[in-house]
Amino acid sequence: MIANTLTVILILAGLVFFAAGTAGLLRFPDVYSRLHALTKADNVGLGLVILGLMLQAGGPADILKLFLIWVLVLAAGTTAAHMVAQRTWTHGEFESDR
Amino acid sequence: MSAFYLGAALFLLATILLGLIRVLRGPGSGDRMLAAQLFGTTGVTILLLLSLTLETPALVDVALVFALLAVVAAVAFVRQHGLPEPSGTPIHQRHGQKKEPDDDR
Repeated sequence: MIANTLTVILILAGLVFFAAGTAGLLRFPDVYSRLHALTKADNVGLGLVILGLMLQAGGPADILKLFLIWVLVLAAGTTAAHMVAQRTWTHGEFESDR
Repeated sequence: MSAFYLGAALFLLATILLGLIRVLRGPGSGDRMLAAQLFGTTGVTILLLLSLTLETPALVDVALVFALLAVVAAVAFVRQHGLPEPSGTPIHQRHGQKKEPDDDR
């Protein structure tokens, strides 16, 4: 019962972060600030949802797998954000829209 | 509980639909790539929630594969025009530059 309540709270908090990330992606003025909003907010949102789902997991193996997914998404998000920012910086923003 | 997970997944689907606005409008290609990044993260979360709703544990493995493939998309986007050359590279060794007309002879 307590686990269920905690799951609901954690998932709802995660959804708030996802909504914040999307709002930032839509409202912020340039690529760098959008990158900042999206990458951080979404990864925290995913982390909260995964924490919530861990409380419902069947055993240690399931918990470890969920944790592994979060770590992978974190690494992917960081790498992608860095590479997109570097490419925008060196190539210019409108370069491939010709 | 199952209805709650489904509702959360639907909310994330609405988030993805809002992100599509950025794909349509976003001035640079970097903005569109960011929207793709959003779809990756949100898609993984939706799959995790659905695995509980539908009681299909295999969907967790699908989410794992999605998390792996998200990097590949970003790297492919960045390498589209090649990596930036080191600053000391002589002109005749640079890639992706327009060749002078006399270069071929």
